[in-house]
Amino acid sequence: MMRDVTVIGVGLTKFGELWDKSFRNLISEAGAKAIIDAGISGKEIDALYVGSMSGGRFVGQEHVGALVADASGFAHMHIPSIRVESACASGGLAIRQGYLSVASGINDVVVVGGVEKMTDVVGKEATDILATGLDQEWEAFFGATFSGEYAMIATRHMYEYGTTREQLAQIAVKNHENGALNPFAQFKRPMALENILNAPIEAYPLGMLDCSPVSDGAAAVILCVADKAKAYTGKPVKIIGTGQASDTLALHGRRDICTFDSTVNAAKKAYEQAKIKPNDIDVAEVHDCFTIAEILAIEDLGFVKKGEGGKAIDNKITTIDGQIPVNTSGGLKAKGHPVGATGVSQIAEIVMQLRGEADQRQVKDAKIGLAHNVGAVGASCVVNILEAM
Amino acid sequence: MKDVGIVSYGAHIPRLRIKSSDIAEAWGKNPDTITSGLGIIEKSVPSIDQDVATISVEAARAALVRCNINPEDIGAVYVGSESHPYAVKPTGSIVGEAIGATPILQVADYEFACKAGTAAIQTCMALVKSDMVKYGIAIGADTSQAAPGDALEYAASAGGAAFIIGKENIIALINETCSYTTDTPDFWRREGRKYPAHGGRFTGAPAYFRHITSNAKNLMEKTGTKPDDYNYAIFHQPNGKFPVKVAKMLGFTSDQIKQGLLCPVIGNTYSGATMLGLASVLDIAKPGDRVFLTSYGSGAGSDAFDITITTQINEMNRNNAPLVSQLIEKKEYIDYSSYLKYRNLLYEE
Amino acid sequence: MTEGAVPRFWREIPQRYNLIANQCGSCNKVYFPPREVCPYCRRESMGKMKELKLKGTGTVITYTIIYTAPESFIGQVPYPIAIIELDEGPKITAQIVDCEIDDVKIGMKVKSTFRKIQEDGYIGAIHYGYKFKPLEVKK
Repeated sequence: MMRDVTVIGVGLTKFGELWDKSFRNLISEAGAKAIIDAGISGKEIDALYVGSMSGGRFVGQEHVGALVADASGFAHMHIPSIRVESACASGGLAIRQGYLSVASGINDVVVVGGVEKMTDVVGKEATDILATGLDQEWEAFFGATFSGEYAMIATRHMYEYGTTREQLAQIAVKNHENGALNPFAQFKRPMALENILNAPIEAYPLGMLDCSPVSDGAAAVILCVADKAKAYTGKPVKIIGTGQASDTLALHGRRDICTFDSTVNAAKKAYEQAKIKPNDIDVAEVHDCFTIAEILAIEDLGFVKKGEGGKAIDNKITTIDGQIPVNTSGGLKAKGHPVGATGVSQIAEIVMQLRGEADQRQVKDAKIGLAHNVGAVGASCVVNILEAM
Repeated sequence: MKDVGIVSYGAHIPRLRIKSSDIAEAWGKNPDTITSGLGIIEKSVPSIDQDVATISVEAARAALVRCNINPEDIGAVYVGSESHPYAVKPTGSIVGEAIGATPILQVADYEFACKAGTAAIQTCMALVKSDMVKYGIAIGADTSQAAPGDALEYAASAGGAAFIIGKENIIALINETCSYTTDTPDFWRREGRKYPAHGGRFTGAPAYFRHITSNAKNLMEKTGTKPDDYNYAIFHQPNGKFPVKVAKMLGFTSDQIKQGLLCPVIGNTYSGATMLGLASVLDIAKPGDRVFLTSYGSGAGSDAFDITITTQINEMNRNNAPLVSQLIEKKEYIDYSSYLKYRNLLYEE
Repeated sequence: MTEGAVPRFWREIPQRYNLIANQCGSCNKVYFPPREVCPYCRRESMGKMKELKLKGTGTVITYTIIYTAPESFIGQVPYPIAIIELDEGPKITAQIVDCEIDDVKIGMKVKSTFRKIQEDGYIGAIHYGYKFKPLEVKK
């Protein structure tokens, strides 16, 4: 019998090039903020879950679970600390694993964090490290890059459905408009369509400004079994559905180049558990590592039909006051993408929306929110759905 | 020796070209003087992902596509080059693997400046004739580089050809071969150095001309032939002038050397040079044609061959693989800055 | 950096030099790279996977032109990378060579060729493998 699980606190560092902050600084800052927001003392914590894609390659550090327990000040409590990895979906996966441990009764209160410190290596190295989420032997070895793989999805989507570069660029425009309203975002200024279209090409048809940046940052949430939540905070938010799915590692192995079956399946499981349909979602944080990824996301999550993502952008249905607001935080594009932190920061944004604490980004009457976190080029996906209580 | 010969052949020339006039202009020289002085209009350039291994594999695969040999019956692979990708680790084993001839296979790499490929042919002949192997594949290929601003820059190019030597289904009988070798240091490259050095005009009379003419005369004495017994003659071609001159010295005509003279349009492919010249001749030769080939390698030596085309050549569909003329026509020009980019990246420390 | 990591690359030579795939003895589906077991037939396919050398011909189903490349490929920028559906069924990812960037199209017919893919720096080993060039239609 699965118990209900709520989020009782959230904490975020700023995202950006944070030269003064180390990997340890980042995660302990986010964790401390979450603990304060939840109103817990820390003694209540049964376990730590942390999502981080590559401590090993970015800062030479494995055994990240142990490091986070220590940096957060929990080492003397000798609690379990679990690091999970699913490339860019590491954060969302940490949320899911934390959730499962509380729902199953193993833990009552857990901290779930996500962290990545990407600027301690030179830019080229960061690109190579991100590419470890690809198929090393059959994609990366032959010269494919992360942006190249998504660019190939874009080429095919444009070929099959007539999606245009302008539509892709409009997604970046929207997300930067939203990011400008987010005090934690890496980029706090709107960006003009022309600038995005004329940016240097990374992998045709994607330009530099179709791509999310390299960022440092951390986020943390506190999960608590529902019937103990009221002791800690006035505004718990319930996790009502979670789903995870996998698919072939290499893009070329997929059933359909223009669909992430991992998103479709993870979302299906989450919707089923939550007993809702896609159009019940009031606000969504989706995985826009590249502009084309947001097109796929709104199609694969069932917000629009396959192939109609571009049209949806033209009709502005995903703006803050649109039919289905997507990436009110600014998304990975404007908020930043410290890989392991992203999935957890998406939950933080949804929680703020459902609590009515999203300030200028607030979606009116947001009751149900969805967070969508994808690993690399769609080989894994985690979808979490939350509801205001 | 009448029972050994060429069973099949294949060629490969990289697509990229640079004009001598572009190189000349980069160095402030008169492009017309250079082009007419050397007799080279343009040369082939390997792209970043091509080297002697890839060229050898293409040439070897082309040879296999023209005949019905089971690659497992190939008992030897000898690759001659002065720009093997590794100083230690044979190109031959990479080729053997890529054509499916491994593991029962005898392999070694050869070096003898521009005549390493013809040396490989002689080795394969001996292995086949002595029944040590059923078929041997001899490859000559190069991606030689020349120092920036050096005269060799106009000529040093890339290309190669492969010859399958055997006793059955011979398309070109090798009637006779002989060699002429002395210790003559006309052109060399020290271990670990990027570019070769040479003796300037010393590379002419005492080197190229002496070895080719002596060897050619010896061969014709052995076979009792004269230049006009041959339909085609192929000489080593470091530039467009030397082979024309040596042909004249020996009594061959410009008509005889035309088909095998590729240097003016692809440069000097070093170990690939006479090999590609022979491939070009085989592309159009008819049964009964007689071919005279004399290679030259600095250091110095020459290998000469007397070849008769058999009726078997008409059984072969030569169009199954690219003809040399097609490889020459398939080209894309690059400018001197791209040429430098490739060269610098190839030799990054 | 990875001068000594040769076994990992050596192991893939049959696939990268010669496109050696395998085929399920039960359902005949072709896999590249080869699989130990057919994901659909599972136990039925154990011990029944047969080696198969692919022809190397196929069709481009999508592509991109890479401008920001990994270290080993910087000298080749801009270069096309494509997903190619091979005639026998499997799809692979590879570079397209020997043509103009503008000639690369969805639906283009291509043929494999043997090229240098990467090097472990100037000191390490050289890794060869497949790239694809436009398929010439023979008259």
